[in-house]
Amino acid sequence: MLVSDRHGHLVRLNDAARLVLPDAVSGGRLSEQVPAWLADAHQRTIAAPAQGTSAELPHGAIGERYFEARITLSGGDVVWWLVDATDRRVAERALGDARRRSEVLSEASSTLLSTLNVPRCMEVAAALAAEHLAEAAVLIAPPQGRRCSLTYACQGDPVVQTSRQVDVTGVPGLREALQGFPPVPARWINPDDIPDWAIPDGFAGSVGSVIVAPLPGHGVPAGALILLRSSTEQAFTEGEEVFARLFAARAGAALSAARLYTEQATITATLMQDLLPPTLRTVHGVEYAGSYRTSKDHERVGGDFYDVHPGADPSEETLVVLGDVAGKGLDAAVLTGKIRNTLHALLPLAEDHQHILNLLNSALLTSHHTRFATLALASVQRRGGRTQLRLTSAGHLPPLIVRTDGTVEEAGTRGTLVGALPAVTARTVGTVLAPGETCLLYTDGVTEARGGPLGDELFGEDRLKRALAECVGMPGEAVVERVQMLAAQWLRDGRHDDMAVMAITAPKAGPLNTADGHASGGTTRRSGW
Amino acid sequence: MVSEPTATAGAVQRLWHAVMAGDEHRAAATVHDAMAQGLSEETLLLQVIAPVQEKVGVEWAADRISVAQEHAATAINERVVASLAHRPAAGRPAPDRGRVTVACVDGEWHALPARLVAQVLTLRGWRVDYLGAQTPTSHLIAHLHLTNPDAVLLSGSIPTHLPTAHAAISACQAIGVPVLAGGRAFGPRGRYATALGADRWAADARAAVAVLEAGVPRPSPSAIRHTVDDLPHLADQEYTLVVRSRTQFVKQTLADLDDRFPAMRAYSSAQRERTAEDIAHIVDFLATALYVDDPDLFTAFLTWTAGILTARGVPARSLAAGLDALADQLRDFPRALKMIEHGRAALTEHTTRPVPGPDIHA
Repeated sequence: MLVSDRHGHLVRLNDAARLVLPDAVSGGRLSEQVPAWLADAHQRTIAAPAQGTSAELPHGAIGERYFEARITLSGGDVVWWLVDATDRRVAERALGDARRRSEVLSEASSTLLSTLNVPRCMEVAAALAAEHLAEAAVLIAPPQGRRCSLTYACQGDPVVQTSRQVDVTGVPGLREALQGFPPVPARWINPDDIPDWAIPDGFAGSVGSVIVAPLPGHGVPAGALILLRSSTEQAFTEGEEVFARLFAARAGAALSAARLYTEQATITATLMQDLLPPTLRTVHGVEYAGSYRTSKDHERVGGDFYDVHPGADPSEETLVVLGDVAGKGLDAAVLTGKIRNTLHALLPLAEDHQHILNLLNSALLTSHHTRFATLALASVQRRGGRTQLRLTSAGHLPPLIVRTDGTVEEAGTRGTLVGALPAVTARTVGTVLAPGETCLLYTDGVTEARGGPLGDELFGEDRLKRALAECVGMPGEAVVERVQMLAAQWLRDGRHDDMAVMAITAPKAGPLNTADGHASGGTTRRSGW
Repeated sequence: MVSEPTATAGAVQRLWHAVMAGDEHRAAATVHDAMAQGLSEETLLLQVIAPVQEKVGVEWAADRISVAQEHAATAINERVVASLAHRPAAGRPAPDRGRVTVACVDGEWHALPARLVAQVLTLRGWRVDYLGAQTPTSHLIAHLHLTNPDAVLLSGSIPTHLPTAHAAISACQAIGVPVLAGGRAFGPRGRYATALGADRWAADARAAVAVLEAGVPRPSPSAIRHTVDDLPHLADQEYTLVVRSRTQFVKQTLADLDDRFPAMRAYSSAQRERTAEDIAHIVDFLATALYVDDPDLFTAFLTWTAGILTARGVPARSLAAGLDALADQLRDFPRALKMIEHGRAALTEHTTRPVPGPDIHA
């Protein structure tokens, strides 16, 4: 405790204060006896006594310790009570640091985990490291052959990514880090040994200190991180090294998740390639259009399928297949792949629909699948202005034909399903499409769509026929899209089965195929396979 | 040599007649000829094909063309755009700008605006992944993870897809990809794009190019938002409850209309279904207006519908009656009631207003 008067003179101080301020003398000017922060606080109190009790206490260092000053006014004098707050301040600093670090780690985690794209993940990791851990950071992905993908980040600059051939042994500890060995302590790494390629272009000045941290992945190393500070900055402390490792652990986990995802997605895409519905177009002067919606929006394949196998030349029939395998999802999709392959092999026999259906039936009966399928087959050939069709349904909904006068006919074909009974019986019917007429093949996912304005009605065949009656003269693509759209709007968010729709349309004009950008006539090659 | 505006106007005329005749051959020839005569591909896309498509919507709304003609015309326009895109890429710039993804909101079938934007961006040197109509959000996000584009351009034409668009916008931003919203669904001057937290909005294809060229910063994925953070009014649950009770509202309104209009009892099942669909539409737009908390969205839909009905010789009186029946069921929904009142008043003022309005038809 010390007492001073209004004129800024030290009146007296007690024994405890004397211990803190051993040189202070009663009667001397306060500004000469105590540190400036306390003298200033005194001045302020004298000038505006009312504000002397404001929220934050005057505080500052005296010698090596840290004090807060509380005030009481006694007559004309000011009494200062000095409270030693050194330990609290140290604790607060430590807490502040810890808080900041955990904030950084939490921000880093959510930012890193937000992306499953490998280059983006490396970009984010390097940028965060340069911002929070060092002045610059270089992220090295595990080498692919002799090349390495490198991500450079400098505080305040945009991240740069390149792929080049580098000698990883040039950076002390880097090869080990890429193999997942424990990190070499920063103080063991001589900054002069860092090769130029490991220093980002924007890095100013010479390198002062370096950390090389491995990025631990899921079972395999995910790369390594080089952190750089210039010689004008403080070297990395041990605490910072530990923190860098914590950060590297998160970056490594995020990177290997991204890598795993990319790998899986690529594998899936490759395997799925042959299961996806083909893109259809005009073949031998007849327009084909198809559209497919899986039962679950996040899946791309399911139990419905369609294919167009063009005849070798315009004088030969083109075989169109649309089918529905019992079940949904990937399991069903795998069987559609087998059926499509089998039918492809049976193409030479396509003249007799019942024959190929029976061959397919035996193939399905002898396979280990217990599923069955329904199919609609159409053999199409254009002669002059007439498009001739042979249609066969094997347990499938009969095709619908949209005539130019607005009537919608149901093809009179009936048959049993495939893959369940020892033999398939099916009746093939013939019909002719005039220019502008469309034959629609579809799966029951469309007609069994449940919803509508009242919420619980089936879309049904009648509604489908009414919708088709409005589609007179439309291009096949537009018909298919309209049917899918009406079914989707009928369903809204409701659950549904796979839905496949295909149109065979005799074009109104000549055999021009604008999707190819040129008149294609008979030159269009097969689609689908 | 004719001036460009004259050449453009001529091409619009010829393309319009070709698509109305359903003549894909002539439509493609018109556009390719115009190009051969010096119109640029961008001019063809934005000043020939786009206006023709716009006119298709207007003519349908005015009941001057049929649904089939409208669909055929749209399909032909789509294919004409595709035929331009698949031309051998002579003189086209190598993509050096950056990579973007163009997609329509899930449930959105109007793909042509997005397609035109995608094509124009390609012409301006962007590498474009065009995902097409009604892209499920899960597909969009999977695509973004694989391709890491600089931005997503999200297109929507019908306002009822705004809640879905909101989910898509937040999902893209959560993985650090900025979203540029466009299309009529996002309202006048893009006001709903702002409300739903899209990073940018563009009025048309050229504005979208300008926005991308100026650069769109990546959103911080660590700032995870919830729906109510963007739209605090959703806390009153009115939107949720209206959506959940949609079917019930439609059924009850139909029953009430039966009482008010004895003539309705003689409707055929198809006529009843149309009426039910109209009511369902009203509920959907009301729900969307609740979602973005904008009575104007609902009112614009009502006056537009009244115009459509009038064009088809149906008295708009039934619309008002439907609103009254709906209001009776929404007594506990103050925000919804206010919107219905607002719309009801606008309908009374509404004297046959010429279309166009929001493009909501199928």
